[in-house]
Amino acid sequence: MSTATRSLPRTIGAHAILLTYTVIALFPVILVIMNSFKSRAGIFGAPLTPPTPKTFDLIGYTTVIGQGDFFHYFQNSLVVTVGSLFFVLLFGAMAAFALSEYRFRGNTLMGLYLALGIMIPIRLATVAILQLMVASGLVNTLTALILVYTAQGLPLAVFILSEFMKQVSDDLKNAGRIDGLSEYTIFFRLVVPLVRPSMATVAVFTMIPIWNDLWFPLILAPSEETKTVTLGAQLFLGQFVTNWNAILAALSLAILPVLILYVIFSRQLIRGITSGAVK
Amino acid sequence: MAADIRPKRPFRWHIAIFLAPAVLVYTAIMILPLAGTLQLSLFRNIDQHQVFVGFDNFRTLFGDPNWSVNFWNALRNNVWFFIIHMLVQNPIGVLLAALLSSPKLRFSAFYRTAIFVPTILSFVIVGFAWKLILSPLWGVAPHLLDFVGLKSLFTPWLGKEQYALTALSLVSVWQFIGIPMMLIYAALLSIPDEVIEAAECDGITGMSQFWKIKLPLILPSIGIISILTFVGNFNAFDLIYTAQGALAGPNYSTDILGTFLYRAFFGFQLQVGDPNMGATIATIMFLIILGGVCVYLFLIQTRLRRYQF
Repeated sequence: MSTATRSLPRTIGAHAILLTYTVIALFPVILVIMNSFKSRAGIFGAPLTPPTPKTFDLIGYTTVIGQGDFFHYFQNSLVVTVGSLFFVLLFGAMAAFALSEYRFRGNTLMGLYLALGIMIPIRLATVAILQLMVASGLVNTLTALILVYTAQGLPLAVFILSEFMKQVSDDLKNAGRIDGLSEYTIFFRLVVPLVRPSMATVAVFTMIPIWNDLWFPLILAPSEETKTVTLGAQLFLGQFVTNWNAILAALSLAILPVLILYVIFSRQLIRGITSGAVK
Repeated sequence: MAADIRPKRPFRWHIAIFLAPAVLVYTAIMILPLAGTLQLSLFRNIDQHQVFVGFDNFRTLFGDPNWSVNFWNALRNNVWFFIIHMLVQNPIGVLLAALLSSPKLRFSAFYRTAIFVPTILSFVIVGFAWKLILSPLWGVAPHLLDFVGLKSLFTPWLGKEQYALTALSLVSVWQFIGIPMMLIYAALLSIPDEVIEAAECDGITGMSQFWKIKLPLILPSIGIISILTFVGNFNAFDLIYTAQGALAGPNYSTDILGTFLYRAFFGFQLQVGDPNMGATIATIMFLIILGGVCVYLFLIQTRLRRYQF
């Protein structure tokens, strides 16, 4: 039917462009991982070839595992990310429900107030946040990071979720009310399951910047106990500027967990991002 | 309805309970510290006391050569950083999304997944990986340029003042291209089939269909991406810090407002941290971002027609 719109040269052209860009996107990642399994001579002699039995070497990994406390940093990052994500989704969905479901005085104003944080980055408040955390004794705790990231993630979460909650059918909620469900039950039992795809979108948008953030861990929680994996990797890489084996191995160790998670969840993740479009 | 006749309904506690946690955390951790930061910019620490000095800190920032040289340099660099993003990241993002959204394109899930990979990596990984690739020590970049016969073009970009900022901006573009791509892709998918079919009936296909039908429909998304890029760029920090350190070398040529704020507020090497000057810079960044957002909301968004399907 639509053969007129598609011709062979055009399809080939599209694939050529997409493939070129895919190579550009993946090349640095593959290059780093590939070279992390090589000896020093292999890294410098032939950087673009995969490791051969002659150049294969795990010296980089043994150095890294002997030196850095990556597992511990990884755990910290996980606690912070999961903790913040939980609060952002729970509090965000609750506020979004209140704003989209009920008409009350100040509704629009409250929505605008919460939306302010979408555009104004919390980073600008750092000076006073540090003072606040010092005053409340939360410096160098993971709690400080979770609090900050929850505040950071809430505005966008409320905004996106309230858009989606407006689409949940009123008949369904009213049927629930007639059956005697409380407002809380309607929210948790009826509405939340229906907006789960958009919760995934919010989770993705919230999670990536938290996991990758360097600014707040650097300023609020730089102690050895509370270092996140991003900060740990940064400091570690700074120390080993001349040991290329160790750097490449450390980079690979930082890339791999994220990459594996991404490959497993990419389908849900991308469906989440585009779900706004293809309801 | 009874509720409409009575002027006051009983207070609906559940609304307050639904709103309270979000509003409390947001106000306590974000809004109050933001206000506190703006306030701090009007004070100065004199003999261990915070003294109100009006706009003196701003005068120092703009006029005192110790600060103003670095400040204007950082601002200029930041504008350039943003221009590169707008000129490179968004057009490429739109192009990739347009190609991806063509129906029945094979492997589109694979392309989507692969092109989004850099976006999920942290700045530390991206900064260091590119630092290694562009390093003349390793020789990957000259080696690759040799393949296309352009080896003579290679210089250690990150180490040269005139190239370093552009090179880092492009690295940042490389990292974030997935976001405009995905948002535009979602917008393109949301265009109803009837519109496209109507266009095809009128003989509008291929490129002209994209320019005449799809592009006007995704303009609101492009507006959103532009303002997101603006906000993201004017508070960027991590990539520069990772690749070039807090001093944003060589010779401050990659210094942007984020790194400048970090040095002023936290101190670095010989420089002692000064929370009040830090707050002053943060206030300027706040005003820049607020200005950008207002331009978007009042000038751009109101002129874009939104199409409701």
